[in-house]
Amino acid sequence: MADIAFQPRTAKPQIREATTWDLIKTNRNWLGFWFMLPAMGFLIFFLAYPLGLGVWISFTDAKIGRPGTFIGVENYEWLWDDSIFWLSVFNTLLYTFIASAIKFAIGLYLALLLNENMPFKAMLRALVLIPFIVPTVLSALAFWWIFDSQFSIISWSLKHLGLINYNINFLGDTTWARLCVIFANIWRGVPFVAITLLAGLQTVQPSLYEAATLDGASKWEMFRFITYPLLTPIIAVVMTFSVLFTFTDFQLIWAMTRGGPVNATHLMATLSYQRAIIAGQLGEGAAISSAMIPFLLAAIMVSWFGLQRRKWQQGENND
Amino acid sequence: MSSVQIRDVRKSFGNFEVLHGVSIPIEDGEFVVLVGPSGCGKSTLLRMLAGLENITSGTISIGDKVVNNVQPKERDIAMVFQNYALYPHMTVADNMGFSLKLRGASAEEINGGVKRAAEILALTPLLERYPRQLSGGQRQRVAMGRAIVRDPQVFLFDEPLSNLDAKLRVAMRTEIKELHQRLRTTTVYVTHDQIEAMTMADKIVVMHDGIVEQMGTPLELYDTPANQFVAGFIGSPAMNFLKGKVKSNGSASFEGPNGVKLPLASAPANSEGKPAVYGVRPEHFTIADDGAEAEIVVVEPTGSETQVFAKLGGEQVVAVFRERHQFNPGDKIRLKPDPTLVHLFDETTGKRLNG
Repeated sequence: MADIAFQPRTAKPQIREATTWDLIKTNRNWLGFWFMLPAMGFLIFFLAYPLGLGVWISFTDAKIGRPGTFIGVENYEWLWDDSIFWLSVFNTLLYTFIASAIKFAIGLYLALLLNENMPFKAMLRALVLIPFIVPTVLSALAFWWIFDSQFSIISWSLKHLGLINYNINFLGDTTWARLCVIFANIWRGVPFVAITLLAGLQTVQPSLYEAATLDGASKWEMFRFITYPLLTPIIAVVMTFSVLFTFTDFQLIWAMTRGGPVNATHLMATLSYQRAIIAGQLGEGAAISSAMIPFLLAAIMVSWFGLQRRKWQQGENND
Repeated sequence: MSSVQIRDVRKSFGNFEVLHGVSIPIEDGEFVVLVGPSGCGKSTLLRMLAGLENITSGTISIGDKVVNNVQPKERDIAMVFQNYALYPHMTVADNMGFSLKLRGASAEEINGGVKRAAEILALTPLLERYPRQLSGGQRQRVAMGRAIVRDPQVFLFDEPLSNLDAKLRVAMRTEIKELHQRLRTTTVYVTHDQIEAMTMADKIVVMHDGIVEQMGTPLELYDTPANQFVAGFIGSPAMNFLKGKVKSNGSASFEGPNGVKLPLASAPANSEGKPAVYGVRPEHFTIADDGAEAEIVVVEPTGSETQVFAKLGGEQVVAVFRERHQFNPGDKIRLKPDPTLVHLFDETTGKRLNG
């Protein structure tokens, strides 16, 4: 016992200055940085780098198998005078505008319908999702057959009903082809809009509708004055995504028409692929892709303002 | 303004009947409170009155018109919801004027109506705010303003104060009562809080398991509860119940648990030895030498009064004293119920036995 007390105290190790390395090991901000690093690396490697490379290639005369040299905006000058490029811009805008508008209308209608109480509600909701879960190329192939010039089931049915006596050349006629690809895109895109809007609808308190009933609102007035305004934030999100997806669509077109007939269904994405990969003109293809960026940025800006918190959403929510 | 008649109303959800024939007459300008524990059907009844639920059988009339098949908006009623149900994307003014707007009123009419209601409720400085920017009490007032703007025949309130904190609840209680005194509109108010019922009502309807247990003024219900349920529901702290037998031979008395002798002013006829429940409110105990012995368990002073929990004949009872006694847990005291204020209930049916 006693000898413990007489033992000389060991000198405490001197407090050394914290090195930068110590800070990096213990600082919370640095710790956050370490956790972020994998995701950041992933995004840089698979998103930022390809995007930057694409933009760079658009300023070169690269071809498949040849790195190419910097040629400034020559590719863009070429495109400026290229009527097929402008046709593809027109097609893309037409395709995006019509398909998105109809997807919104049908999606909203379906969402309102599925929000009502009805038998087999859960099953119907699941059914609506089917176009969304079928792989795009598979549904495109199915549409390809449905719109086939010889064996189309639509032509066959109409003929048997005696309404027409010839096969409709769905994918061979420019107007028909545009209608068909837009139809296929709508069929594929409606579930996303419908289910997301349905989720939005379900956040509206039922008591608001009861209060509106007592206030004397008709079904239409309830939609116009309650449902629609409360749904606008989610509509902004859904339509932004819908427009972006539609604008950059590639699979459906490529599987159904490859941009034909006479480039009537060429979108910017398919034209870019055709020029860059099929024809080997990497620089020109990259220029077409890069030309999509301003349009996409414009769409994002619209949603940016649409998504801002409205005045009524501000303030604390303590109910 | 008008009267409301509820006659033998029943409501079933599928095979499950939640209201078993409820009849309530409501006079013009009366403030009626439907009170009862949750699940007693009071809110369902109110929603049937509003037209938000169908009436399975029976009739409801507003004025002299049966409204069973009348659309909610044609019934000329206004309702204040428990969560207020304010339209979050509309300003206070728009919320209040919404019904007028739907009715097709002119902008001046709407403005005038909203302004008048806002003045009544002191909401004028808040008219341009959104519901999210308001406090709970302010939202509550907007919900009432929305009802006032319509100038309805009947106001319906569905537990309007249950989302407020205790202090605000007391303040809003007074405000609603004052509003009723000013406007004199027939009002049906649903709550589970018997204090709200007692303080606000002209007439209380106590409901339980889909039937009306008793109807009457607050003091009638307090003084002569028709059965043990009402006796236990009205009043705070709740009435003490002691099981035992009536003694009517000689002077009337009551033999409580473990032979405790309790005083009775008079016994009902032919009740010697009849098993019964003896009810006494905590505030009707006094300390007296001829009282029954009880042992104090807990003493809770609230300042204005002291609540004493004690064992009387082995049963826990609570007594309330306004005067300040020096009590300590473990003390023996003699508790004497005021025999004129004692209630006697049938042990099996719970019906009141004394007059």
